[in-house]
Amino acid sequence: MRHHRVLRVVSKLLIPFIMLFALYVQFHGDFGPGGGFQAGVIMASAFILYGLIFGLENARKVAPPSVVTKLVAAGVLIYAGTGYAGLLKGANFLDYNVLGATPVGGQHLGILIIEFGVGTTVAAAMVTIFFLFAGRER
Amino acid sequence: MIITLIDIALLTFMGATAIAILRLRSLFAVVMLSGIYSLLAASMFVALDAVDVAFTEAAVGAGISTVLMITVLSLTGERERAPGHSPILPMIVVTLTGAALIYATFDMPAFGDANAPVNLHVAPRYLNDSMAEVGLPNVVTSVLASYRGYDTLGEVTVIFTAAVAVMMLLGGRKGDDAGFKNEPEENSVADGDDPADDPADDPADDPSGKNGKGTA
Amino acid sequence: MLQVILDHYNYWVAVVLMMIGLYTVVARGNLIKKIVGLNIFQTSVFLLYITMGKVTGGTAPILDERFTVYSNPLPHVLILTAIVVGVATTALGLALVVRIRESYGTIEEDELDLLDGET
Repeated sequence: MRHHRVLRVVSKLLIPFIMLFALYVQFHGDFGPGGGFQAGVIMASAFILYGLIFGLENARKVAPPSVVTKLVAAGVLIYAGTGYAGLLKGANFLDYNVLGATPVGGQHLGILIIEFGVGTTVAAAMVTIFFLFAGRER
Repeated sequence: MIITLIDIALLTFMGATAIAILRLRSLFAVVMLSGIYSLLAASMFVALDAVDVAFTEAAVGAGISTVLMITVLSLTGERERAPGHSPILPMIVVTLTGAALIYATFDMPAFGDANAPVNLHVAPRYLNDSMAEVGLPNVVTSVLASYRGYDTLGEVTVIFTAAVAVMMLLGGRKGDDAGFKNEPEENSVADGDDPADDPADDPADDPSGKNGKGTA
Repeated sequence: MLQVILDHYNYWVAVVLMMIGLYTVVARGNLIKKIVGLNIFQTSVFLLYITMGKVTGGTAPILDERFTVYSNPLPHVLILTAIVVGVATTALGLALVVRIRESYGTIEEDELDLLDGET
């Protein structure tokens, strides 16, 4: 795909907006449709588009596999860590009421953090899977 | 009424796309049609009020999984051979199972019934109390992240595990995977040795086991 | 009679799609075709769940003062996560297909059976 000028220019224009949209979906998921799962997939699709148009080598420079694979685990740890934070504050596992000053504030904070964890894992997992399939020799 | 018509039209399109996927031999066309199928399913979910689900299905089904399948097609080839065996037995099995399931649907509550058991158990609690308990307008997010937090933690772990498993399968270079790639040959050596070794242990059992393997 | 059809049409289509998916998995020999068949099967299950959560006259479960009737949010949550898990497991299946192709040189089921019989 290296010689398709239209694809290169259009994807360069689109990728920032795809990422911005992913962040919007991630943090606006409390109020409208969206959340960590969708945002993760959209964020991953930005990297996958970059990899398809500009080649796997360049995509690996933008998102180094060593970092991405660690992010897969980091998301799960963020999620479970939020659960343990509630445990340490004297409530049940994954009970967010105690995380903030008021129960509803705590719920907001807890949901924001775990949705971020979900988004991280999903995005990193999808990018990792794409790198592995695309990097396989014929 | 217009909603019912949209509903029926989308479902009919989905059925037609599924049959086209079944009949086509060109795997590239099959993968493209499965992307269209996912997009139709996403539209259907919007018509059924499941906007979050539609969002996910459109991003995942029409986006990521189509890209993954095309990447795999470039590694494996894109023609399907004609099936070697007759389709009669699968057709009988599928028809019987389908008939049993359709018979079972007559016991299901009517489509859109607000008093169906599924709508009476926990859903009213989520819809009436989640604003006071969690404080988010999007009930799906409240249930996903707060009421059913354990469930979602499990799902995220499944995604993590799948990513790790794909890494294990495809992570190494092609060819340097001695254990996996040479396995059929090692097996054949082991099979050749078996009759010499085993009769001492278990003369009656081994030949039948080997025969079963050979015919299967 | 028409009422019975309208009340159950969604369920019937879900069953028909499920059976098309099952038939693809059982009757077709190509492993990628089988995975596409599994995806059709999976989507029909999603459709069945979402259909059960629909309430006539309801709207999407995002709370607002202007609405009083909402569809059931619980099936949405279950299916939302199932879709993403579904693509992760599809990727795992495709990875297995790639490894089978590298080891055996084919992804057609009957050729694989022959190769397994020889060795």
